[in-house]
Amino acid sequence: MFSWDLLANAVVAGLLLGGFYAAVSLGISLIFGLLDIANIAQPAFVILGAYAAYVMNSSFGLDPILTGLLFTPLFYALGVVVYRVYYGSFERRGEESLRGLVFFFGLLFIIEVSLSLKFGVDYRLVQTAYTSRSIDLGGVGIAFRYLVPCVVGVAMTLALYLFLGRTFYGRAIMAVSQDQSALRLMGANPVQIKTIAFGVGIAAASLSGALLISIAPVIPSTDRDYIGRMFAITVLGGMGSIGGTLVAAVILGVAESLMSTFSGPSWSLAVSFGILLLALAVRPAGLFGR
Amino acid sequence: MARTVRAVLVGLAVVAAGIALATLRVNPYLYFAGYVILQYVVIATAWNILGGYAGYVNFGTPAFFALGAYTAVFLIQSTQAPLPVLILAGGLVSALLGLGIGYLTLRLRGVFFSIATLALSIVLQTMIMNWQYVGGSRGMSVLRPSGPPFGSYVTFLFTVMVALAVVAVIVARFIERSWIGRGLAALRDNEEAAECMGVPTLRLKLFATTISGCLLGVAGAPFPYYVTFVEPNSAFNLDYAVNALAMPMIGGTTSWVGPVIGAVLLGAAQQLATVTISSEMNLFIVGVVLVAFVVLAPEGILGLVRRLRGR
Repeated sequence: MFSWDLLANAVVAGLLLGGFYAAVSLGISLIFGLLDIANIAQPAFVILGAYAAYVMNSSFGLDPILTGLLFTPLFYALGVVVYRVYYGSFERRGEESLRGLVFFFGLLFIIEVSLSLKFGVDYRLVQTAYTSRSIDLGGVGIAFRYLVPCVVGVAMTLALYLFLGRTFYGRAIMAVSQDQSALRLMGANPVQIKTIAFGVGIAAASLSGALLISIAPVIPSTDRDYIGRMFAITVLGGMGSIGGTLVAAVILGVAESLMSTFSGPSWSLAVSFGILLLALAVRPAGLFGR
Repeated sequence: MARTVRAVLVGLAVVAAGIALATLRVNPYLYFAGYVILQYVVIATAWNILGGYAGYVNFGTPAFFALGAYTAVFLIQSTQAPLPVLILAGGLVSALLGLGIGYLTLRLRGVFFSIATLALSIVLQTMIMNWQYVGGSRGMSVLRPSGPPFGSYVTFLFTVMVALAVVAVIVARFIERSWIGRGLAALRDNEEAAECMGVPTLRLKLFATTISGCLLGVAGAPFPYYVTFVEPNSAFNLDYAVNALAMPMIGGTTSWVGPVIGAVLLGAAQQLATVTISSEMNLFIVGVVLVAFVVLAPEGILGLVRRLRGR
């Protein structure tokens, strides 16, 4: 039964999937990893991005990735609003942990149900010129459907890495994650910085949602599959480590791909949660933890 | 002691009222809907023992509930066990899972604990989906035993659920008023400080997760006979997770009355919305009400009442 060909194909597919998973997890890595805000609704924002891409594609024929980019300002604004509500209701009163979590869980539900009220529970997919093409490298097929999201995902990771390390606001976000009161003493407003970071995290969901719907069909409840993946990747990569996010995403992608090739796709969901449970139980700091 | 006796007497009176209601044989839908609401009373009360008293937010309610349900399915498949056995077994198996989750709290607190419970629910669902004996992902139908009391099986299940709800509420009330409840409240507010003051935090947490898990399993055990067709997607429905935390949050998490109020109000509203509008709309309502309460009235209805009285 075992064949090297199958293994090679599975590993390559997993690597490509990993690049895409990195794109999906960047937002949560920023919001949860750096800001310590348990935004469990992040997958719902990704699905929202996916549906935005679907609507723009089916009514105007826009490319999903272009739509994802065009919608980033809108998602940024959405993120700002959500963070303002969150800050005003929970963080300022110091009740963020328990009630904040419930708030985001409710938000996840509202987004998901709104989408299914509007679009129903049919699977939606965006077709582009490149989705059906693939190249063959000595028996290993590389589908453009996966290659393009992977490239975009790696580019997004690189962009976020440079943003956090090289720009003024990026460094301010790193600073706010380390010591809020020190930042306040330096004359900067931590709330404002966190608002920006949260907005960027949600904006990333717009683009990754567009990638998601060009890879696989999406229904409103797809977000549930991604809760585990996102948090598994963030925890495994080490909270707030952007490079770690990419590494963990690739590990998860390969693990899932191997699992679904050799044991059947119904097990692949358990992989992410299994890795998450294992990482939480054995090494909560993750691979590249602070 | 006298108050506990009085609580048990009130509980018995409620069970008697439930049986009386069952013999009335009013519109069968009433029992059908009543069962769901009472099931949520048990679920919300069970969730609150861990979430409200101890402050550990459990997103994995569906795991415990479905484990109870699938334990029942397994026993029905293998031995045709009677309902009381199913309920006890479902409670026992879920209690063991709760004990395991309790040990997780050693390393995981706050958000990480919540995410781990969510993960647990998905892992368990995947395992059940791949276990053909209990129906796998296609699900499986269950035959109700013949000749139930009160004419129809749903009416009988309704009375059983009345009794289970009473038991759950009495257990929660007992925990809340005893030293266990005070210890849990101490570790909810500050775990390190509680530990330093000599509160046996680990033992209390294990107790809370076990009891909470057990009651959730108990709520799930009669589920196969209620729906007569069990499949993983309905048994592991995330709706249970959101309802389990929305109901205590809306009612108020600090007292045993809170989850009961929340479950009755939200459960009844959902039953109405499902019939009159659509089942998706009822979930939307739950989400909106949950977010509205958590933002505007963090103490729930009990908190609002207390504030009104204070004036």
